[in-house]
Amino acid sequence: MKRSINLWNSLDKVSIVLFLLMITAGWFNIYAAVFSEERSGIFDFSQRYGKQFVWIVATLLIAVFVVIIDNRFYFFFSWFIYGATILLLILVLIFGKEINGARSWFEFGGFSLQPSEFAKFGTALALASYLSNKRHGLTRLDVIVPALAILLLPALLTYFQPDMGSMIVFFALFIVLFREGMSPYIFVSGLLMIILFFLTLLFNNLYLTITIIAVAVILLFFITRRWKLCITGTGILIITTAIVYLLDHYIFNFLGIELVIFSSLILSGVVFAYYIYTKKAVVVMVIYLFLTGSVLFVNTVDYTFNNIVKPHQKQRIEILLGIKSDKHGTGYNVNQSIISIGSGGFAGKGYLQGTQTKFKFVPAQSTDFIFCTVGEEWGFLGSVLVIGMYLLLLLRLIFLAERQRSSFSRIYGYGVVSILFVHFFINVGMTIGLVPVIGIPLPFFSYGGSSLWGFTILLFIFLRLDASRTEYLV
Amino acid sequence: MKDPFINRKYVIMALIVMAAAGLIIRLFIIQVVKDSYRLSADNNVLRYVTQYPARGLIYDRKGELIVKNQAAYDIMVVPAQTAKSLDTTGFCDLLGISREHFRKQMKAAVNYSRRAPSVFLKQISDQTYARFQEKMFLFPGFYVQPRTLRKYSKSVGAHVLGYVSEVDDNAIRKDPYYKPGDYIGKSGIEESYEKVLRGRRGVKIFLVDVYSRIKGSYADGKMDTVAIQGADLTSSLDIRLQEYGELLMHNKRGSIVAIEPQTGEVLALVSAPTYDPGLLVGRIRSENFSRLQGDTLAIPLFNRALMAAYPPGSTFKPINGLIALQEGVINDETRFSCNKGYMFVGCHVHSSPLSLEGAIMNSCNSYFCQAFRRVLENPKYKSVPEAYAQWKTYLNQFGFGSKLGTDFVNELAGFIPSASYYDRYHGKNGWRALSVISLAIGQGEILITPLQMANMTAAIANRGYFYTPHIIKAIGKDNAISKRFTDRHSSSIDPANFDRIIEGMEGAVNGAAGTARAVAIKDIIVCGKTGTAQNPHGDAHSVFVAFAPKDNPRIAIAVYVENAGAGAAYAAPVASLMIEKYLRDSIGNKALEQKILDLNLEDKIIRREEEH
Repeated sequence: MKRSINLWNSLDKVSIVLFLLMITAGWFNIYAAVFSEERSGIFDFSQRYGKQFVWIVATLLIAVFVVIIDNRFYFFFSWFIYGATILLLILVLIFGKEINGARSWFEFGGFSLQPSEFAKFGTALALASYLSNKRHGLTRLDVIVPALAILLLPALLTYFQPDMGSMIVFFALFIVLFREGMSPYIFVSGLLMIILFFLTLLFNNLYLTITIIAVAVILLFFITRRWKLCITGTGILIITTAIVYLLDHYIFNFLGIELVIFSSLILSGVVFAYYIYTKKAVVVMVIYLFLTGSVLFVNTVDYTFNNIVKPHQKQRIEILLGIKSDKHGTGYNVNQSIISIGSGGFAGKGYLQGTQTKFKFVPAQSTDFIFCTVGEEWGFLGSVLVIGMYLLLLLRLIFLAERQRSSFSRIYGYGVVSILFVHFFINVGMTIGLVPVIGIPLPFFSYGGSSLWGFTILLFIFLRLDASRTEYLV
Repeated sequence: MKDPFINRKYVIMALIVMAAAGLIIRLFIIQVVKDSYRLSADNNVLRYVTQYPARGLIYDRKGELIVKNQAAYDIMVVPAQTAKSLDTTGFCDLLGISREHFRKQMKAAVNYSRRAPSVFLKQISDQTYARFQEKMFLFPGFYVQPRTLRKYSKSVGAHVLGYVSEVDDNAIRKDPYYKPGDYIGKSGIEESYEKVLRGRRGVKIFLVDVYSRIKGSYADGKMDTVAIQGADLTSSLDIRLQEYGELLMHNKRGSIVAIEPQTGEVLALVSAPTYDPGLLVGRIRSENFSRLQGDTLAIPLFNRALMAAYPPGSTFKPINGLIALQEGVINDETRFSCNKGYMFVGCHVHSSPLSLEGAIMNSCNSYFCQAFRRVLENPKYKSVPEAYAQWKTYLNQFGFGSKLGTDFVNELAGFIPSASYYDRYHGKNGWRALSVISLAIGQGEILITPLQMANMTAAIANRGYFYTPHIIKAIGKDNAISKRFTDRHSSSIDPANFDRIIEGMEGAVNGAAGTARAVAIKDIIVCGKTGTAQNPHGDAHSVFVAFAPKDNPRIAIAVYVENAGAGAAYAAPVASLMIEKYLRDSIGNKALEQKILDLNLEDKIIRREEEH
């Protein structure tokens, strides 16, 4: 049965106020980023701040439109919306205009549209729709695989554009999967892999392999508390390694030192397997698998990094890790961006007073690097205020998501949180050199119609669902 | 149904809070803790445009401007601002450079920086500049930076004036004032008075955007510094005398140093062969420099007046005479006989026996050997080495054996052996007066530069004292020069002892039997002494020292003409012509002048060297 509600009263005012504050602040900062003494009218439509004003007016109309539509529409048409945005992602690969080597944009006579911005809420809707009728959550493989497919499909299509930034955003939906019951071990393993990945780039493989073996032995001791076992295990490994090494040295002569250690691990595995079998020691097996997996991973990272990751992305990672420094090439953006933000000091240089901003030292400053303007002109205080707004909005959205009665609304709510969070963290993080340069906009701040509209629709669908949470007792 | 995973919301909330905290911590570090980023931002946005000061001018002693400045123009480029559709052919034609050169320069500029200006083409001519300026708007990213180069009113005095070149890394390391692209004085006045001449660079600070476009002046120009022009110098050089000296020395090797005895001011300093100082200016500089440096036969860059040390020969006799008088081993009455020499030192035919005056006039070797022997065997001293040490002390008082401390940079000390030097050769107390007898006539181990010789002549003219020779007599407006040039250096020889010597020198030029009687000047009493410096490599060098007039001398001069034989033959005429030129500004003995001008020893020397 349906209860009638007053739509306006039911909409979450906190979120709406934060939304309005963000687009307004964004607009003023775009004005500052594009500002030059010669043109000073903030409504000059030939300039980005003039255009952004148009996008803002349009986005407010879109928000109203999204809210007016019946909430059931989003549930029933979620697959249709997902399908449409996927179609757009396919079409953009064919008909899209190539800008900076990527086919991410449709262009219709001076007006451009970036379909990946819309695929974000499309995917969040589809994922919510799929998971909403799975009563046991993401515990079984036959549930997990389709869920993964839903988010990997748009990720794959954006990979072909190629637009790494958008691709990573789809992976943000793993946060939703976690909330809905996916095993935390998958995340822990993923995290370990990422850490190992960076460690491998920084350190020598051999040392890393030895360190991993040492960690495994220590783990074994802390879990089993049997030092004899540890010594025997290490002894077996060392003896096997010595035999393999000698065999290689005198007979085969083609295994590298890494391969020697790896094959010793496998061979000594036979001995461990016997022990595991007789003693039913699951812990030992887990640790052994961890050890072998890590060593294998470490020794394949270099190959992946050198052959699969694109050169410019490789460079960005290397610069982030401080392996290479390049103040004028790839590192230029980040360097100038950090200078801008750093030079803002505690209280900032004042609105329109940022020299870095005014004289265009930071490329893409009204779009991906808009946070530089905040950092330079408003200083630490302004930066913390902006971060505080995002933090407040994200926590508020989690609160809203958790109060949903329908699992569809809750899951979609977490989708919104994940996408906004990843955008916010990566964008701000890259301007201050905390994460590699990944070109994605700061939600509601960055210049651009597509992203502004995409985020608005994303947010307001959820606010609309939230407004109707009391209509049904599902 | 109860949601089994509800607690996971806390994990997600914690993740978000931690991420935000991470961002804030990082922001705190770069915005509040570190202040280096503010500096970097300032460096980004400020462009420091150097204002090069004009180098100080140099005048000669009569106020004639001898070194001035000419404008030169460096073409600068900011690669990031150049147009992609640059008309390279038009550009190259305009500047008269090849496309190859264009590419090379452009590549170098890009390598240096895409956004900062670098020199594209150095020192283009006025005409090229005029043509370029009209069309400059066609070539964005290129602009012109004015510089100043030296210009010489007469093509003489290269060795005295020195030259200016771009600073090298070494100079930049030594003095932090210098920046790449600055000019610095090398050799001569340009080097020794570099700090005075260079002035001080100024800087104008502009605000620029990322394309290096100037957006206005920074802080309304309050932080700009004005370039301070270098101070002008007045040289003691008489540029016309210098010019005349170089003319006389044309096609010869050797040097002339003329000093005003009352002040120590250098009137002329010629080293031949020389070169046109204009050759080492501007774009032709490096090419000409390596050509001059590569000339290992004539070595035109070598300043003989300061750096060539020769045994002085007979011009040394007046000093030995003075020492003997001072030591009391001879007096006005002392006469020594000469039978074509003394022991193994030969002499020419002249009347005998001779007094000191006559010995100077006739340049008698025998007289000076015997006088020198008395000096060293003086019973006043315990041993010959002790007497020798005293003899050396006198020489040092005349500025021999050490640098005079002039305002030239490459002055040589020459060499006066100490007693221990001979100890090493002959063993302690193993040598006697006869061992070193050749010193009596200015041969042997001693080495003296032409400048030191001229200084000695000035000291004789002054009857016992000299002022350290110097080439600059006034600096800037307050005319101050270093105190070391106004301190009188007196020898311990009694002024009265000089009379005999000077009379002997007067006789050498004006006496009937004088060795240099051929170069006497009507109505000017020149006192001189001829000399022949032995040259182990070839013909002896012709040497002559002189001062004039005898009373209140105004010029003391030393002339060396290499490989020219006896002193009377060539050095004496050159000295005499120089003295007449300086004192009268005209030459009476035109035949003598013509003979010297026509003399070409260079061909002879080159022929000889080719034969070897």
